[in-house]
Amino acid sequence: MEPILTINNLTKKFGHLTAVKDLSFTINKGNVYGILGPNGSGKSTTLGIVLNVVNKTQGDFHWFDGNITTHNALKQVGAIIERPNFYPYMTAEQNLKLVCRIKGVDHSKIEEKLAVVGLLDRKTHKFRTYSLGMKQRLAIASALLNDPEILILDEPTNGLDPQGIHQIREIIKDIAAKGTTILLASHLLDEVEKVCSHVVVLRKGEKLYSGRVDEMISSHGFFELKAEKHQELLDVLESHSNIGKVKIEGELITAFLNEPMSASDFNKLMFEKGIFLSHLVKRKESLEEQFLQLTDNQ
Amino acid sequence: MLRLIQLELQKLWLNKASKVLIIISFILPFTVLILSSIKINFFGFFTLELGELGIFNFPVIWHITTFFASQFKFFFAIVVVSMIGNEYSNKTLKQNLIDGLSKKEFILSKFYTIVFFSLCATILIGLATFFIGLYYSSYTEASIIFREVEFLLAYFVKLVGFFSLCLFLGMLVKRSAFALGFLFILYILEWIIFGLLSWQTNSMDLAFNIKRFFPLESMYKLIDEPFRRIVMTKFPDKADIAYDYAVHWYEIAIVLGWSAIFIFLSYQLLKKRDL
Repeated sequence: MEPILTINNLTKKFGHLTAVKDLSFTINKGNVYGILGPNGSGKSTTLGIVLNVVNKTQGDFHWFDGNITTHNALKQVGAIIERPNFYPYMTAEQNLKLVCRIKGVDHSKIEEKLAVVGLLDRKTHKFRTYSLGMKQRLAIASALLNDPEILILDEPTNGLDPQGIHQIREIIKDIAAKGTTILLASHLLDEVEKVCSHVVVLRKGEKLYSGRVDEMISSHGFFELKAEKHQELLDVLESHSNIGKVKIEGELITAFLNEPMSASDFNKLMFEKGIFLSHLVKRKESLEEQFLQLTDNQ
Repeated sequence: MLRLIQLELQKLWLNKASKVLIIISFILPFTVLILSSIKINFFGFFTLELGELGIFNFPVIWHITTFFASQFKFFFAIVVVSMIGNEYSNKTLKQNLIDGLSKKEFILSKFYTIVFFSLCATILIGLATFFIGLYYSSYTEASIIFREVEFLLAYFVKLVGFFSLCLFLGMLVKRSAFALGFLFILYILEWIIFGLLSWQTNSMDLAFNIKRFFPLESMYKLIDEPFRRIVMTKFPDKADIAYDYAVHWYEIAIVLGWSAIFIFLSYQLLKKRDL
């Protein structure tokens, strides 16, 4: 796999506060990555360091194969941070022309990318007349101008209305479908869950987890069960080796698995024991539950 | 280099406020020149024609025009501090860096623009002075015309130095208005230090000699005021008002030194800062 961004033992201190602590991870080509963490966990600081706007305290990072200066590497990167930053007195088109000049890209891409985010008919309007959703879409167009190897998005839906959030997510999905590597920082779990294949979880600047989203917790899922023979069901569950913890909330029994087991196998077993289930659902923890479990454990 | 200048010129030219200020800072020095070339008729009593006073004679005209034109540098100084202040307040500085501009290129694009503007201003003043001089001057031999043309160089260096200082102040305080305030404070500070020096050493001359190494004073001393010189041409025997008005190489060196320091410090500031 071709590495795009490698971070080794990165540390950033703001005075006494350690915003990022000994962080290491690698971004490979073709995957959609999420950086997940509550507010103030060091997501934006980490992105700021690799994007050349925040100075690191210790450690190092390099783009691509490491033989390119950071500011030249950034010409092959598209990034949107927190808020869209443009010159308010310029039109969308003029703003994008400026970005083209910085990145050394031909002006011909401007129309194409404005069309991608649906701003073509507003291109001669000044940036300050735009709504937040339009500003954010312009930021995406700007980040796409150079057909980047990787698109970095920091809280891209922050502060948008539901319609705006939906529009941005659709655009991100389209871009991901074309094979562009994406790095998405967010505190919104369902956002990461919906879009990302890999995730890095941060808390107070420390890495808690890094890897595939579906392997985030070594869990085999759990059954939600209801039956007439409530007590007998509990006895069976407690004696069975595949079942670990059992939680009871009124009628509903939640049984966590130690070993993999399919719902049909479980149903068959119950039938053999003479217990008829009125409710059987097999589920895996949502990212939110996994996230809370991760941050609680440590 | 061309790319960096283009970049900055686009930022400036599309901004209405800076466009107006740039145009004003180019035009105002000329209107003064033109006004002073006009014969003013005081209701038939007498006509005042500045051209007849001999101030448009070569070589003194180089001194006079550059001195007056440099009084209008303040307009472009506002543009310089606001071009830094705006980048901070719009957070476009951050975006520029993320888009792939290096911190060095960012400072250079501002510095090149300053040099470019100073060069344009110098060339325009040079041409205007040359033609006005040709029209009014009593002497038109080439050796006299180009005798004190070094005032143009001094004018150019003075502009570059002053705008470099503005650039540094803009980077330091990030706000346009505060940067201009700091400029004023620096001016007062130079006089306070001068006052302390002359009080401690009991010698005005020594204090003046030290003061001419200060940033603002060194820029001012590049082109000394021409009034006493004009008076001198009218009364050649008055030796007690004689003074050294020439442009010296060390004066230019001091201002160039300050410019280099200001640009370097601006770069260091940007490099150290987390945006």
